[in-house]
Amino acid sequence: MTAARRTLSALSRYPSAIAGLLIIAALVLLSIYTVIAIPYSEAIRLWRGGEGVWLETPRNALPSWVNLFPGVNLPDTLILDTESDLVTKTRQAVSDGMTDIITTFTFDYTADEFPQEISLFLTSKYDQKRPLVSLTWLTPDGREIRVADVTVERSATVRFSQESKLERRLKGLKPEIGLFADPEAGDDPKPLQGVYQLVAAGLAFEDESDVDARLVIYGQVYGLAGTDHRRRDLTLALMWGTPVALAFGLLAAVGSVVSTLIIAAIGVWFGNLIDAVIQRVTEVNMILPGLPILIMIGAFYSRSIWVMLGVVILLGIFSPGIKSYRAIFLQVKESPYIEAAQAYGAGNFRIIFLYLIPRIIPILVPQFVVLIPSFVFLEATLAVLNLGDPVLPTWGKVLSDARTNGALYQGHYYWVLEPAALLLLSGLGFAMVGFALDRIFNPRLREL
Amino acid sequence: MTETALPLQPGVKTEEKTKAPSALVRVAQYSLVRLIALFATVVVGVYLTIMIANMGGYVDEMRKGFIREQVAIGVGLDPALKEMTSAERQNHIDKLISLQEKRMGLDQPFLIRSFRYLSDALTLNLGRADNMASDSGSRQVRLIILERLPPTLLLFATAQFSLFFLAIFAALALSRNYGSLLDRIIIALAPTSAAPSWFYGLFLILIFAAMLGLLPFGGLVDAPPPDSIIDYSLSVLKHLILPVSAIVVSAVFLSIYSWRTFFLIYSSEDYVEMARAKGLSSRAIERRYILRPTLPTIVTGFALSIITLWTGSIVLEAVFNWPGLGRLFYQATNIFETSVIVGSTVIYAYLLGITVFFLDIVYALIDPRVRVGGNQGGRV
Repeated sequence: MTAARRTLSALSRYPSAIAGLLIIAALVLLSIYTVIAIPYSEAIRLWRGGEGVWLETPRNALPSWVNLFPGVNLPDTLILDTESDLVTKTRQAVSDGMTDIITTFTFDYTADEFPQEISLFLTSKYDQKRPLVSLTWLTPDGREIRVADVTVERSATVRFSQESKLERRLKGLKPEIGLFADPEAGDDPKPLQGVYQLVAAGLAFEDESDVDARLVIYGQVYGLAGTDHRRRDLTLALMWGTPVALAFGLLAAVGSVVSTLIIAAIGVWFGNLIDAVIQRVTEVNMILPGLPILIMIGAFYSRSIWVMLGVVILLGIFSPGIKSYRAIFLQVKESPYIEAAQAYGAGNFRIIFLYLIPRIIPILVPQFVVLIPSFVFLEATLAVLNLGDPVLPTWGKVLSDARTNGALYQGHYYWVLEPAALLLLSGLGFAMVGFALDRIFNPRLREL
Repeated sequence: MTETALPLQPGVKTEEKTKAPSALVRVAQYSLVRLIALFATVVVGVYLTIMIANMGGYVDEMRKGFIREQVAIGVGLDPALKEMTSAERQNHIDKLISLQEKRMGLDQPFLIRSFRYLSDALTLNLGRADNMASDSGSRQVRLIILERLPPTLLLFATAQFSLFFLAIFAALALSRNYGSLLDRIIIALAPTSAAPSWFYGLFLILIFAAMLGLLPFGGLVDAPPPDSIIDYSLSVLKHLILPVSAIVVSAVFLSIYSWRTFFLIYSSEDYVEMARAKGLSSRAIERRYILRPTLPTIVTGFALSIITLWTGSIVLEAVFNWPGLGRLFYQATNIFETSVIVGSTVIYAYLLGITVFFLDIVYALIDPRVRVGGNQGGRV
């Protein structure tokens, strides 16, 4: 423990190492929070749930914080249902059997841009005769625009953008633009700010019949991280990507480094044939193209992240690192304390695990820390090659989705930048700590 | 070859003359042994690749299924066979299937097949692709791969040479005045190399292609390709800028950092201090006392960087739509084109093997320790 404390105090002399440690600590805290707040099954449900889960989120929306920039005022998503104060619902019997059910949505529109889409979700209760709903749009300057008349099944959705009659009534403007456009703005439509109303006047033909409505005005911003092409909230993927990336990086680094170390030590200690075999296998492994093999396994066997992790570790066992560990072990093997251990009758494996391997751990630690980000990026690399885990949301998956859906061509920069920033941040965090550790453990570097 | 090759005593000269060829023989012997060892490793590597690619025979099952389907469709569509009874037709289908399987060698047990695949792969007899074709229309896997090799070589040779010389010269300059502001900045930037080249590629595309619109998003040439050779090469050059910069940016700071540290360690050696005390110019010191003894390490570093980047090309080429070996491999995995996957892996294994072999030979030629036994002069 004193060694660890000494290392920490030595690290604290490097500002970059402190920054790196802070980044790592933040990522670890975020992962712990994520795993507790959004359990695995919930995360899978939200990420894989399809349209139903994300019905009321906008598509490809920017993160909300872009509105903090000066001059940017994009609409947020508005969801109004009968529980809201902004919605009034009145019921009035007209004649026997016929009832007027009038739902009025009142909202203040203040954004400088048009919303992405407008949808009204209607549900009704009836026995035989379906209720009829006619929709009217009231603008702040007093215009009245008839939107549509619908007969409501058990549930119906009115997507304003698909109402072609409405589009014609709005002189060819897309409804989500035409309904909000300032009539005096001319050719370049600008939204008119003020209080809008949507009146859904329902006519029910049965006493027991009822109509409920829910208005969603999809904005152009959503949540902390925005949404992707399938309306999924990216916050979820970015948060869940953190524990996955850290676990993958850490396990892969531990697995490959420790196994390499043990193999190198065994080779050196037993020498002769075993050593020769290990050397040859290492040479074969150097020639084996690692990434193509990973890709083949991903394509043919399984794309599960844990299978990939296993293969990464397997390919890493006989890594070229064996050669450098071997050189050090050959020196250590001749040390007097090894001879002493042999003299008191220590077994082969006791010597390997208790006397040989601990000696080179100081050299190992920095290499190990520097290795972690390379495995984090490897996971992203696999995801970009469409070989990411099929169910788990990861940073790489987000990047890959963004790339395959042309985020760069269409200007959805946030979609690429967010996962990239997290990847870079974690990479930098580990690398900065690793470089500082390298200087601490290798005194020859320290004076340079 | 000059200073010690003109000794005053003629006896020494004759002695050296007789020994010079033995050094050559030694190097040749060494190279031969390495060649054989490396070939053996390539064989093992390729065999493993075949085993993995075939999933222990599973891919052959897929191919058998494909044959069965094709034959059934073919028979179903053939009007001449309409008259047959269903039993006759089944018989006919079975016969065709077994013929096809025999033609593709699928009737033999997997172990034997795997060795035939191995010998085919090693002789670059890579077979035909089922669903891919080269741009010239050939289905020969070898032709498909050969067609994709030049763009990969162009991209990586350009990137490697710029990276290597940039890093070496920057490192020399930094080691000359270490501790300066620039030196500190480079050290601080070294951790950025944790990210792979495709990652920086995305950023470069975002900035220079998407936002500024200065450079193309990807590809090898403009579409349609320009007619004159000059315009064509200019267009290729324009498309090269971003991928090459991505490779260079992703690796340059770390390699400057490590070369700089390496040169610093060597420039604190006693003989360098001695040379400095003699009053030699710093350029002469660098050339004769720092670069010369570190040459083997520099060459190793160069070769190793090539080895690591051969396989790193896959994603970079996919990101930049670069029509090279890497993107071919990517496309082939997406449509399960086994023959192309195995073929590219074999080519990768060969490329790595050749790189390691050249590394060994160059090492033998420039490393004095390898030559010490045969030539006491130890001149490099």
